[in-house]
Amino acid sequence: MSTQTFHFELGELPPAAEALRAEVREFLRRELGDTSPVLRAHSWGGFDRAFSKKMGARGWIAMTWPKRYGGHERSALERYVVLEEMLAAGAPVSAHWIADRQSGPLLLRFGTETQRQKFLPAIARGELSFAIGMSEPDSGSDLASLRTRAERVPGGYRVNGTKVWTSNAHLADYMIATFRTHHDPAKKHEGLTQFLVDTKLPGITMSPIIDLAGSHHFNMVVFEDVFVPEDMRVGDESAGWKQVTTELAFERSGPERYLSSFALVLELIRAVSKDPGERAAATVGRLVAHLTTLRQMSLSVALMLEAGENPNLEAAVVKDVGTTFEQEVPEVVHALLGVEPTIDSGTDLQQVLGFLMQRAPSFSLRGGTREILRGIIARGLGLR
Amino acid sequence: MNELRTILGDVVTRLFTDLVTKDLLESAERGEWPAALWQAVEENGLTLPLVAESKGGAGGTWADAFVVIRAAGRHAVPLPLAESIVGSWLLSGAGLDVPSAPLTIAPARRDDTLRLVRAGSGWRLHGSSARVPWGAAAQHVVVVAEAEGRPMVALAAPGAATTRDQNLAREPRDTLVFEGSPVVAAAPAAHGVPANAVWLYGALARSAQMAGGLDYLLRQASQYATERRQFGKPIGSFQVIQQNLAVLAGHTAAAGTAAANAFRAADRGDAACEIAAAKVRVGEAAGVGASIAHQTHGAIGFTYEHALQFVTRRLWSWRAEFGGEGDWAVELGRAVAERGADALWPYLTAR
Repeated sequence: MSTQTFHFELGELPPAAEALRAEVREFLRRELGDTSPVLRAHSWGGFDRAFSKKMGARGWIAMTWPKRYGGHERSALERYVVLEEMLAAGAPVSAHWIADRQSGPLLLRFGTETQRQKFLPAIARGELSFAIGMSEPDSGSDLASLRTRAERVPGGYRVNGTKVWTSNAHLADYMIATFRTHHDPAKKHEGLTQFLVDTKLPGITMSPIIDLAGSHHFNMVVFEDVFVPEDMRVGDESAGWKQVTTELAFERSGPERYLSSFALVLELIRAVSKDPGERAAATVGRLVAHLTTLRQMSLSVALMLEAGENPNLEAAVVKDVGTTFEQEVPEVVHALLGVEPTIDSGTDLQQVLGFLMQRAPSFSLRGGTREILRGIIARGLGLR
Repeated sequence: MNELRTILGDVVTRLFTDLVTKDLLESAERGEWPAALWQAVEENGLTLPLVAESKGGAGGTWADAFVVIRAAGRHAVPLPLAESIVGSWLLSGAGLDVPSAPLTIAPARRDDTLRLVRAGSGWRLHGSSARVPWGAAAQHVVVVAEAEGRPMVALAAPGAATTRDQNLAREPRDTLVFEGSPVVAAAPAAHGVPANAVWLYGALARSAQMAGGLDYLLRQASQYATERRQFGKPIGSFQVIQQNLAVLAGHTAAAGTAAANAFRAADRGDAACEIAAAKVRVGEAAGVGASIAHQTHGAIGFTYEHALQFVTRRLWSWRAEFGGEGDWAVELGRAVAERGADALWPYLTAR
């Protein structure tokens, strides 16, 4: 329909991408072996530098980047296949995920030649791990209100302020952080600037923020008179907002936005056996109907990206529909089976259920809350 | 989307926009056959997208048919168009001539069985079939039934005894009784067409119609929200309305994708799982979508005067026709469970 504001075209993965799939599966079979279902349920939360280096050696990080920066100049669709295979298997990809998905592409697009030469090849080898310094105590969804200051001093900037919810900052080597270099209360989207910050710089103090399940992946990162050299600024001063929104588009478009609960779907299928009753069959069938559809929607966004289109609206739709599905999986498993969710006792099903039930609230918070995404969709519908 | 399909999309949109007016929909609900509309649809070759060009069809694919059927749903076209497309495909696949007339398909319910029995050089049809779309208005019924151990396609007259009924949108849904009536023609179904093909491809057709209906709801509700003012501003400027319409957009996008995926699978053959997935996903979207569209429209959308109801009443019926979400979820769930958990991901990525 000509008046439609978004479109999802079905696409086929090219033969080269499909050929790669078998290779990736074989690698994962060998590497993951008998990794427990609950560990696989961590999805892209598992942090394992050794695994990331193996991925780098295989050429499965930085797949689409130019070869002169350590990339492999493969298609975005081949990259998509690697990503979805990693997620479906529950591989511990966290040590390179952020750098591969957004920090690297950001540097490719806005970084200096020196920055690209220095960081991109190391990211491609799986040796450099990145975190994202965006949110602050008073700046969550209202990202433009952030206050951490970077003041010009000779040779660079002096940074003061606090970042929160910084996932894996305690493990990462670098952080792409967005700071305020100019302050004009009337124009809060202006005056934001992005920096490459070495997490070991003097003046940075990290403290864990323990999540509701008792795990440590979030951090509070306090900057006290931290000196960041001029050559670590990414892009121009005050170009931060435009760069951040570009970065968020990378962050929102991938298959990680519908596969977070895939491990539980698998345990559910095991639990209902090969000859399920009607109610169990209906539950499984409905989840698979959603999965089938979401994969095609997600793939459609990947194909649009490959074609050089700008599917920001479609990516927001996939993330909203995808995270709604991810959150629903523990609910329907509970409704059907009624088994008690556990932490480290009981069956695999119980543990995966326990893990994902506690993880699920974050699905529609990370990478832009559901409300923010729906606002983006509403704008696409012409409502704002 | 290829160019041909884009042109086809433009043709059907223009045709339906011009001809499927509110007056026409109302008269169809009163039981009048929209003869001029049918003639226009037929003249534009929209009933035969899947019939070979040598037999007067368009020689197209299910993906082409999807464009037509989805548009028919978007415009609430009060004709057995989807049924004629499926029926003509079944007939031509079996090597039978396709009559130039509205067709319907039977049996429309899973538990209704029609029996084809050989009689001399021909075949006779036994049994009854309820809720047949346009059963009385269609000049021919295309039946698929198992006979002598294989799926057969038969072309029959609607039969002597017909009991009229209708769905929520007052589309005819009639009971046809065949008491050994001779069929016009019969032949073994094309390779790969199962004995439950009417049930299966009926569900496929409804999924496309519903996807089209949701397209309409999203466009209509978004437009209404920008026009209708309360508290001094368009209601669409309120976040709560924006959030609701974003949910409708998500379901609409999912419905269009699920249905398109099933039609693509139909072009490959063995589409049972994709059709099941589509009927489940689109049916779910239809329920949520109708609810949000009505909520957005307030009281005016609840009137017969407003056109919204032409689509929402169809969605409420279509999601139950040729199997509801529950039926198809059980079917799909059994197939998935049978293959086991480790086969799920390879299955999802093989398609």
